[in-house]
Amino acid sequence: MSTVIPIRAETSAASTGCTDVVPLVERGQREVFCGLTGIIWLHRKIQDAFFLVVGSRTCAHLIQSAAGVMIFAEPRFGTAIIDERDLAGLADVHEELDRVVGQLLARRPDIRLLFLVGSCPSEVIKLDLSRAAERQNQIHHPAVRVLNYSGSGIETTFTQGEDACLAAMVPGLPASAPDTAPALMVVGTLADVVEDQMRSLFDRMGLQVSFFPPRNSQAMPAVGPNTRYLLAQPFLADTARALQSRGAAHLPAPFPLGVEGTTSWLQAAATEFGVAPEVFEQATTAPRQRAEKALAVQRQMLQGQRIFFFPDSQLEIPLARFVHRELGMDLVEVGTPYLHRQHMAAELALLPAGTRISEGQDVDLQLDRCIADAPNLVVCGLGLANPLEAQGITTKWAIELVFTPIQGYEQAADLAGLFSRPLKRRLKLAA
Amino acid sequence: MQLTLWTYEGPPHVGAMRVATAMTDVHYVLHAPQGDTYADLLFTMIERLPRRPPVTYTTFQARDLGGDTAELFKDAARQAMARFNPAAMLVGSSCTAELIQDDPGGLAQALQLTIPVVALELPSYQRKENWGASETFYQLCRHLVHKPAAEKPAKARPTCNILGPSALGFRHRDDVKEITQLLNQLGVDVAVVAPLSASVADVQKLAEADFNVVLYPEIGLAAAQWLQRQFDQPYTKTVPLGSHATRDFIAEVCTLTGLPQPAQDPGNAHAHWYAKSVDSTYLTGKRVYIFGDATHVVAAARIASQEMGFEVVGLGSYSREFAREVRDCAKRYGVEALITDDYLEVETQINALQPELILGTQMERHIAKRQGIPCAVISAPVHVQDFPARYAPQMGFEGANVLFDTWVHPLMMGLEEHLIGMFREDFEFHAGAAPSHLGSTRPAAENVAPAVTAPVATPVASPVVVSAAAPAHTDTLTTDSVQKVAAPAQAASNQATWSPEAEKELGKIPFFVRGKARRNTERFAQDLGVATITVETLYDAKAHFSR
Repeated sequence: MSTVIPIRAETSAASTGCTDVVPLVERGQREVFCGLTGIIWLHRKIQDAFFLVVGSRTCAHLIQSAAGVMIFAEPRFGTAIIDERDLAGLADVHEELDRVVGQLLARRPDIRLLFLVGSCPSEVIKLDLSRAAERQNQIHHPAVRVLNYSGSGIETTFTQGEDACLAAMVPGLPASAPDTAPALMVVGTLADVVEDQMRSLFDRMGLQVSFFPPRNSQAMPAVGPNTRYLLAQPFLADTARALQSRGAAHLPAPFPLGVEGTTSWLQAAATEFGVAPEVFEQATTAPRQRAEKALAVQRQMLQGQRIFFFPDSQLEIPLARFVHRELGMDLVEVGTPYLHRQHMAAELALLPAGTRISEGQDVDLQLDRCIADAPNLVVCGLGLANPLEAQGITTKWAIELVFTPIQGYEQAADLAGLFSRPLKRRLKLAA
Repeated sequence: MQLTLWTYEGPPHVGAMRVATAMTDVHYVLHAPQGDTYADLLFTMIERLPRRPPVTYTTFQARDLGGDTAELFKDAARQAMARFNPAAMLVGSSCTAELIQDDPGGLAQALQLTIPVVALELPSYQRKENWGASETFYQLCRHLVHKPAAEKPAKARPTCNILGPSALGFRHRDDVKEITQLLNQLGVDVAVVAPLSASVADVQKLAEADFNVVLYPEIGLAAAQWLQRQFDQPYTKTVPLGSHATRDFIAEVCTLTGLPQPAQDPGNAHAHWYAKSVDSTYLTGKRVYIFGDATHVVAAARIASQEMGFEVVGLGSYSREFAREVRDCAKRYGVEALITDDYLEVETQINALQPELILGTQMERHIAKRQGIPCAVISAPVHVQDFPARYAPQMGFEGANVLFDTWVHPLMMGLEEHLIGMFREDFEFHAGAAPSHLGSTRPAAENVAPAVTAPVATPVASPVVVSAAAPAHTDTLTTDSVQKVAAPAQAASNQATWSPEAEKELGKIPFFVRGKARRNTERFAQDLGVATITVETLYDAKAHFSR
């Protein structure tokens, strides 16, 4: 609960946007995914990792519902379903897990990194997965490393599953040599195409950069007191803390969404590493202008449209900043499942003062507000999208914003397109 | 613990949601952690419901666990009552809440609501979705159904209820429509359809009808059996899937009601004639594998065997509750039933049997796709495309029409694909030839590459040379399609060679079965260790493989 009484510096109030905002904090029914869902994109990123959920049939059902048809391409995730025999006594649960992991690794000899992923049932019965992971590590060392994290709904919301996963990897990252020059690390899962673009932009600035998580578990980036890291995603609170405990320093920046976000994000690194302004300009001008031009088309469609964000991924605040400042949309409400003041500071400063920001959810009350506000576009989950459409409200389903490459210059117009497409469609079908 | 990559059924509380969502004025208060709301999107996305399922989740989080989750539940129930004003409430736990052992039934009772509250005990670690739906509907009946008045008012026409259709049911919407029409034509009125689109008041009246029609035993049978025990209300045992079963169903209804049996099928019953028409002759003896829920598998096996003339080479079901029925059914076709919820086992069996057609669920569709076998979907779980906009029942005579088209379609497609594959080997239709509708306008340069690779990949013209040359060439070929075509040629190089006479004789066989004849002959030669295929070998093989 962050019902902090803000201490405002009266003079700066006009220029700091939503820095001192008091969010509307709500508790009640939350229409959100649990952290297990993160597996869907994490397993695509780390190509030799397997995610084994220790949970119930519900967990397996959730992942298959979220994964859609991906499940059939020999997926690198599965569920060890706890049954009544396991609930009878804790002792043999570990033996059962040995058996299941053995079975799994025999089936998939290409796996180098195995995550035991905690779920609500495993948390509630207090199944000690960290001990289980240690035990599995001993059994399968050195062929496979076994880590654990929790993706349970009681502890994590949607993208926080990635945070928990990355944080679990941080202690195992190799230590960088103590006397080396400062090095840049980008933290958070980015689509490979985005990662490549970012790498090439940093290249042009003469910066060496490592990405975390890596595409392969054998290529873990080094970390140490010389590490400066940029967050590519806004939901990485625990990962940031874990990196900090290894001595790494955070480079505060807005998130790389849209032209402005991407430029500021790159600038944060450039400034830290003393990149000359001309070099920065030279590296970024062409893609920036290209993106601005592509955005201008989208802006015509979206300018002045009123948008409402339901909480989902913690991407809402950066997205709201983008659609407001670069597309001219009006913000009705910006909901987020969790507001990390420090990581969000640069973003909040860029939001228009007085924006209604909500943290947490009571879905029925929020739906009442949404319908009363009658926004032009609502960003929400799939459980709410069709019911809202049926009431005549245009929606953009939020998950797509997590699965689609949206970061960086080249994707800025694609990102805008995600918001304009439902509106365009409504116009077309009405005509 | 069971290693699972895919599950055929969800947990039992999803079954309860299917019943609650099907009904019009029931609300389900589910004690569940944050995240379990994912199940909403099955209804809003797969079934494309334009409303939220009537479910309130407590969505407790870790910080609530130390405190009073019971109070959280009571608040949620109270608020749901105030906001949605349902006529009855279902309360229960999901798998995690089952572990923390709050008692939703007791807690809801303490609220002293003015409406009926049905507490659901759904053992999540033993049971699954269909059982959950069945149990929920049964409990609703037990709590809601009124004893009918001693003197039933005299009715002009007999009445029945239709039991079993629910939300997220495979073609339930249209099956209800089809069977209602069928019953009406027979002279029977449908009193209540439940749970689909039934109100609490409707369920209360269930015992007033003369008999029950159980469309989906997985969901409706337990309630029907209870209604029979309590109120002497008989129920139908035949599920009207397929033309034969529909006629049996009509006979059963007529026996129950004393109505006269219609002398012939209605005018829209086309499937029977379609199956008899000569175009369908090639369906005879097609080897079919069937997997799905028990009801649809048992029915599909009968249709496949008796109405389509297929050979059932394997069948199975994930419905453990109806394993006996499925085993009995399998015996009739001389096969062993596979009762499993592990799709890898199904895949293994399909692999071993190599059927020519698979009838199954969404999972079998993907297995079939991977193995290149034609497939049609006959049972849940299904994806969004199997909740179609068009009228598409499975039951009754229109259902039989739909089934005929649905099952034959992938086979026709299969035949088409086969023909196209054969065309590719024909000298006039090799991969490098321009499509006929384009005339000869295609630039010559484009033809160069295919013209070079075509003889390599397509061994028709000079197979002896090709079988020697192919291995060397395939190393340099990279595209998937070319490798696929080249692979048999490569394999053939380890096998017998064709004598020029046999090759010539093979050329006389119509092009669309030539490839099959070639493969069969080569396999036959290999099995017998024949080094050179002669005309004799060709005909020996033909005799060997003819069925």
